[in-house]
Amino acid sequence: MGNDYDVLIIGGGVVGSGIARELSHYKIRIALLEKEFDVSFGTSKSNSGIIHAGFHSLPGTLHARLSVEGNRAFDRLCEELEFPFERRGSLMVAFSEEEMQTIHMYYERGRKNNVPYMEFLSRAKTLEMEPNLNPDLLGALYAPSTGIICPYEFCYALVEDALQNGLNLFTQEKVVRIRRGRPRTNVRGSAEASGRGRGHPVEVETEKGSRFSGSFVINAAGVYADDVARLAGVANFKITPRKGEEYLLDRRVANLVRRVIYPVPTPISKGLLVIPTVDGPVMVGPSAFDVESKTDHDTTYEGLKAIFEHAQKMVPSIRTTDIITSFAGLRPVATGDDFIIGPTKMKGFINAAGIQSPGLTSAPAIAEMVREILLKEGLKLELKADFLARRKGIVHIRKAIEERKFEKVEEAIRADKDYAKLVCRCENVTEAEVSEAVKRGHTCMDAIKFMTRAGTGRCQGGFCSSRIMKIIESKTGTPLEKITKKGPGSELLLLPLSKGGV
Amino acid sequence: MKLNVDALVIGAGPAGLGAALSLKENGIEDILVVDREDAAGGILLQCIHDGFGLHRFKEELTGPEYAERDVRSARENKVEILLRTCVVDIINDEGLITAILLSEEKGLVRVETKALVLAMGCRERNRGNIAIPGSRPAGILTAGFAQKMMNMFGHAPGREIVILGSGDIGLIMARRLTWEGSRVKAVVEAQAYPGGLNRNIVQCLHDFDIPLYLSHTISRITGTGRISSVEVTPLEHGNFAPPGKRFSLACDTLLLSVGLIPENELSLRAGVVLDQATGGAVVDSNLMTSVPGIFACGNVLQVHDLADSVSEEAGYCGTAVARYLRGETKKAREVPLKTGNLVRYVLPACAEAGKEALISFRPISPAQDVVLTVRTDTEELLRKKERKVFPSIMHRIRIPRVPETAAYLEVSFASEEK
Repeated sequence: MGNDYDVLIIGGGVVGSGIARELSHYKIRIALLEKEFDVSFGTSKSNSGIIHAGFHSLPGTLHARLSVEGNRAFDRLCEELEFPFERRGSLMVAFSEEEMQTIHMYYERGRKNNVPYMEFLSRAKTLEMEPNLNPDLLGALYAPSTGIICPYEFCYALVEDALQNGLNLFTQEKVVRIRRGRPRTNVRGSAEASGRGRGHPVEVETEKGSRFSGSFVINAAGVYADDVARLAGVANFKITPRKGEEYLLDRRVANLVRRVIYPVPTPISKGLLVIPTVDGPVMVGPSAFDVESKTDHDTTYEGLKAIFEHAQKMVPSIRTTDIITSFAGLRPVATGDDFIIGPTKMKGFINAAGIQSPGLTSAPAIAEMVREILLKEGLKLELKADFLARRKGIVHIRKAIEERKFEKVEEAIRADKDYAKLVCRCENVTEAEVSEAVKRGHTCMDAIKFMTRAGTGRCQGGFCSSRIMKIIESKTGTPLEKITKKGPGSELLLLPLSKGGV
Repeated sequence: MKLNVDALVIGAGPAGLGAALSLKENGIEDILVVDREDAAGGILLQCIHDGFGLHRFKEELTGPEYAERDVRSARENKVEILLRTCVVDIINDEGLITAILLSEEKGLVRVETKALVLAMGCRERNRGNIAIPGSRPAGILTAGFAQKMMNMFGHAPGREIVILGSGDIGLIMARRLTWEGSRVKAVVEAQAYPGGLNRNIVQCLHDFDIPLYLSHTISRITGTGRISSVEVTPLEHGNFAPPGKRFSLACDTLLLSVGLIPENELSLRAGVVLDQATGGAVVDSNLMTSVPGIFACGNVLQVHDLADSVSEEAGYCGTAVARYLRGETKKAREVPLKTGNLVRYVLPACAEAGKEALISFRPISPAQDVVLTVRTDTEELLRKKERKVFPSIMHRIRIPRVPETAAYLEVSFASEEK
C-alpha cells in the first residue's frame, strides 16, 4: 500500500512541520498533508516572527513549559537548518506606577517559568538601549532570550530537512473524512519493526479522493483543528479564530527599534508590539479580535487605527505613511485557552491543537512532546543512523549589498552568474535565489516571496512580479495565465490576448 | 571589474537618454548609460498609445516611437548603453562618486565617475501605501503593471475591472482594457477632480461610457483566491459616508492608479537630500542635488505629465552637467525660491542671481480665474492670467534674468480681484 504510513500529520504549519522533522529522525514512514498550495500558508505565514522568552504565560500551563523549552531549542535548530534567527532581546515597557507593578508580576512569572537572564531596567538604561522609545516611560522588563525569526523560512527549512530524511509531502490535500480502518492483514518489512502492523490504522480521505492510512494521525490543523477532530469523532473542544493585523513599515525606518518592544499585556493578547524583523524592516501589531469566520483575513480601518495609536505611544516617531503592506492572521484559540496536545478517544488520533501564541516559540517542544506521546501510545521509534540534520539555506546577497561587502557579492557571482541578475530591486533579490526557491518546490508568487523576500519591499512586486513569473514559466513550463499568487483560484492574469490579431 | 567615466547616467528612459545626448552635444565623450531592462527606452516602451511628442516633435507618436528617436540618436552619437544592469549602490566618499552595478553581462562593476545623473524615473504607489482594508486576493495590480502585462506579455489582467484613481495610466488602461473586451465598470477617484489630463478623461472614459466617481474611494476589498468585489464609498468632507450610501461592485480585477513616487532609494544611499513635496531631490538651478557632482532629471526629480517635458528637462540637465565637468559652474549668489499662495511646490530650490531660471511648479488644487505671479521681495517679474489651473498640469516658466538684488523669488496664484 503506497499510502500506508506509520504517522500521518494533518497540517503543514510550523507545528505539523516541526513534528514531521522531529519524527523523520526515526525509521518510520511519515506523510504530511497540507490543504494549501504550499506549507506555512495558514496561521504560520502571518506570524509576528517572535521567539518569546516565556514570561507572559501562566506558570503550570503548557504555554509556559513549552515556550521556554522551545525558545531554548532555536540556537541548535538555526545552526542545523540555516534559517534566519537572532536573539535580539525584548523590553516590556511601563508608563505608570501601576504598569511598573504589573511588569514585576511578569518578572515573577518568568522566574517561575525558568526564563533566563531577565532584569529590570531603569528609565535611563531603557532609553539608552532603545533611544526611539517614548521618553515618558518609567522602566522596562528586559528579557535577553527573546528572539526574532523568519517564520515561513523556518517552516520551509523544517519540511526541507524532513523531506531529505524521507518525509512524504502532499500539498493541496484537504482532509474531509477520518475513520477507523480495518485491521491490517498484510504486514511487511519495516512496518512490523515500527509497530505499524498492529491494531487498526486510521484512514483518512481527502477532498480530491486520495486515501491515506496511518497507525497514528496527528491533528496539527491550526484554526481548523476542531473541524478535523470532529471528523474523527472528537468534539470536546472548539477553535475560535483570533485575528491579528500586522503592518510592515518601510526599510528606511528599519532602525526604529532593535529589540522586540512589548507593552504591558491585555487580558487576551500580548498587546500591540513594535517588532524588528530578521530582514530589517519593523512591523507593528498584532491586534487581537475574536472573529466568526476561519477565512476572515481582512485588515480593517479599526485595526490600523488601534495599532498605530498604541505603537505611537511606545515609539512616537512611527508613522502610517511608512506602511508598505499589511496583513492579518488567525490565532487558533482553543477552549480553555491552553494548547491541547495528547491522545483522544479515537485510538491513534492525536491532537496538537489550539496552538496560538506562543505557538511558534513552542513548536520545537511540541514536536518533542508529540514524539513522547507516540512512544507511550506504542509507536516503536528507532533512530536512523543516516539522519541528515543539516539543511542548506539559500545564499542571499541582500545583506552583503546593504553592508557594502561587495567581495561577497562577487564571490556569489563567481559561483553562479545568476547572482548578477537582479530580480527584486527593493530587497536586492537575484535570479539565482528565485530559481533556487523554484527548484525547492516553491512555485507560486507568495511562496517565492516568503522564501526569497522578492516582492516584500516598498514597491510590493511592481518591478519583480513579471520577472518572477518569467522564471516560473521557464523553470516549470507553467504558462503565465496559470501562475498563481497562492494556488489555484488566485491566478494573477486571466486572459491571454488572442495571438495573431492586429 | 572597475571603470572610470566622466559621467554615469542611471536609466535609459527619456530622461537618461536626453541627458546623455545633451552631454555628447556639449562635447563630453566619456559617458556611460546603464539600464535594468533588455532595451533602452524606459517605461515608454510599454506605452503603446499615442499622444507623445506633440510639443517636441510636433507630431503624435506612440511611446515606443518616441523612445526610438532617442535610442537612434544615442546609437548615432555612440552613447554607450549597458543594459540588464542595475545600480545597487552609490557611494559618495568625500567627493569621489562610485556606483556599484550588477550587470548580467559584466557581473559586479565599480564605476568611478566625475558626475552622476539620476534618471531612474518613478514607481507606482501600491495597495500597501494606501492601506485599503480587506482581504489579500490576487487580481489587485497597479495600472502600469497591468499595462506591461498587456502590451509586453500579451496577457490581460481580467474581465471585470474597477480602477481606483484617475491618474493618466489608469485612464489609458481603462480604454486599453475595453478595446480588448474587458468591461471597465468604474473609475473611482477620492479627489473632487480627476487626477489625469482632461484629454484622457474624454478620450478614455467619456468615449466609452465608463463612469467616473469623483469624491469616492474603495473602502474594502473582498475575495479569497481572486478579488470578487470592492466596496465603493462616497467621501463627505474627506470622511466616509455612512454604510447606506456605499455600494458594492463585483469585479475580478482592481487596478490602482493612485500616484507615482520618484524612485530615490539609491539617491538616499548617496546622501542626496529629498524634497518632501516632490519626492525628488532638492536641486539648484543646475539641477545639481545636495551632493556635488550628482544631478537629477525627469520623473526621479519630479513627476512630469508629458515625456516631452522630461526630455526638455533632461537636455537642460545634460548641459548643466557638461558645464560642471568643464569647471564652468562658478556660482553666482543663490536666490531661494518660495512657494506662495496655492502653489504645492516649486523647483529648483534656488536660482542664480543675474542668470536665467527655469522654474517648474504645480497648484495645490484646481482654481479658476487666477493670476500667476513671480515676484521678488521688491518687484514683480511676471504676471499672467490663468483661466483654469489643475494639479494635474505642471507649469514651467523661464525667468530671463533673476535680479541681482533679489532676496527670494516667490511663485503664487492669486484670485483676480486682488
